[in-house]
Amino acid sequence: MKTIKEINEKIRKGDAVVVTAEEIIDLVEKKGIKKAAKEVDVVTTATFGPMCSSGVYFNIGHSKPRIKLGGGSCTVNDVPVYAAFGAVDVFLGATAVPDDDPRNKVFPGEFKYGGAHVIQELAGGKDVRLECSAYGTDCYPRKKLETLLNIKDMNEAVLFNMRNCYQNYNVAVNLSDKTIFTYMGMLKPNLGNANYSSAGQFSPLLKDPYYRTIGIGTRIFLGGGIGYVAWQGTQHNPCVSRGKNGIPLSGAGTLAVIGDLKQMSAEWLIGTSMAGYGVTLSVGIGVPIPVLDEEVVKRAAVTDACIYAPVVDYSRDYPQRAPRVIAEVSYAELRSGSIKVRGKSVPTGSLSSYARARKIACILKNWIEKGKFSLTEPSAALPGAESGYRVKALNERLYKKE
Amino acid sequence: MISRKVVLHFPQKLVEQPIVFKLVKDYGLNFNILKAYVTPDEEGLMVLELSGEEAAFEKGLHYLKLCGVKIQPLSQDVVRNEQKCTDCGVCVPLCPAGALVSDQESKRIVFVEDKCIACGVCVRICPFKAMEVHF
Repeated sequence: MKTIKEINEKIRKGDAVVVTAEEIIDLVEKKGIKKAAKEVDVVTTATFGPMCSSGVYFNIGHSKPRIKLGGGSCTVNDVPVYAAFGAVDVFLGATAVPDDDPRNKVFPGEFKYGGAHVIQELAGGKDVRLECSAYGTDCYPRKKLETLLNIKDMNEAVLFNMRNCYQNYNVAVNLSDKTIFTYMGMLKPNLGNANYSSAGQFSPLLKDPYYRTIGIGTRIFLGGGIGYVAWQGTQHNPCVSRGKNGIPLSGAGTLAVIGDLKQMSAEWLIGTSMAGYGVTLSVGIGVPIPVLDEEVVKRAAVTDACIYAPVVDYSRDYPQRAPRVIAEVSYAELRSGSIKVRGKSVPTGSLSSYARARKIACILKNWIEKGKFSLTEPSAALPGAESGYRVKALNERLYKKE
Repeated sequence: MISRKVVLHFPQKLVEQPIVFKLVKDYGLNFNILKAYVTPDEEGLMVLELSGEEAAFEKGLHYLKLCGVKIQPLSQDVVRNEQKCTDCGVCVPLCPAGALVSDQESKRIVFVEDKCIACGVCVRICPFKAMEVHF
């Protein structure tokens, strides 16, 4: 048994033994859980993939004379931002696209540029164009503002993801006879390909399936800088069915994360264009797992072969919210390049980059080894597998139109 | 026998002539059309896999040049922007030529230029716009 305090003491001295979520697998294979738990202090997990529910809020500083953007309208590089706050606070969402973007009018739309691309440019230190109009008040008389803006001149620029790090996810296929364009990529007809989106054995919540060490307040690697788990993510759904090893058999827990965009880099926050679907942001996240005891090691050493994902049809079942699961496949099978579905060999593609997850886990490992990053005790636990906390679907109710 | 993939640009004035037919008849070359279309400025563009005896192959290419057909080797046409690629691998199952493969060891995505038939599907679907086509 080790405590986080003891591990932090080791980190401070530069003595902590840190391994990645992949390295712990080999170590346990060679030396067993008992020995690995003794030797290792921290396991670093990571993921890099598209996360639509991402955004940035920033405070641009007061102009002279003053303007109140709240209740007015505002764009950054022609991408609309949400300005319904105080005078100079705005929120830029990853999936926003310029008003004149053709979207899906010529199908499939390209979605070349949107909020996520602006976020990447801001993180990369590029100037962006801000255009605002407001209604004017006695205290904020100005009605128009057009200026270049740079992240270094902003008061605060904060990345906030309301849902991230999905604990497991669907494998998308197309059972229809037409090609479809989805947030899971282009899916060829009649089981032409199968796309998945999880870092599998690298993914934070798959390596701490009961949220024992990851909780509200956990310090993390976020977009190349330091961030924190702010809350459970939206659609957090911990009570789904789980395998014998405790790992959910479908999408389950999620995290809401927050961090200083000024510390982040354009390498780990990347504007992403899904043909026919829209713009999204690919976000790099790394989460450390403190090795408190053998139980933690046992969970963290789970391999792709023991993590199963549901195969779901995105031509009809997903859009119509039909709960059907066509097959269950392991991430080891997915990573082999093809899976068997209904007797057919289907080639697989991934939206989440395993190579990048590996790189993030190595960076975080390095930060901890060098004493630059210490671990946190969660302030509160995430709603767990026995909590009864569940995702709900929308129950539509009609209302009278006046 | 040699076999090579080439991109042929046919200027508008050649549209009426049975040029590829001559490659078969007079030079004994074999061809497989990988892609063919007319570009917006009315130039014909064809991606062919040509094969035949080396001497005949060279003569055939010479004939094309004399006709005014511009020849480009195919590998130049689709390039990967290494800075933009994140090695996600969403392109892998969509490439009909098997030119984009996942390296099992490094987990990085390898672009095998020789296999590329310049169909452009990766250019269309790459979420990071890392695949670029230059004609």
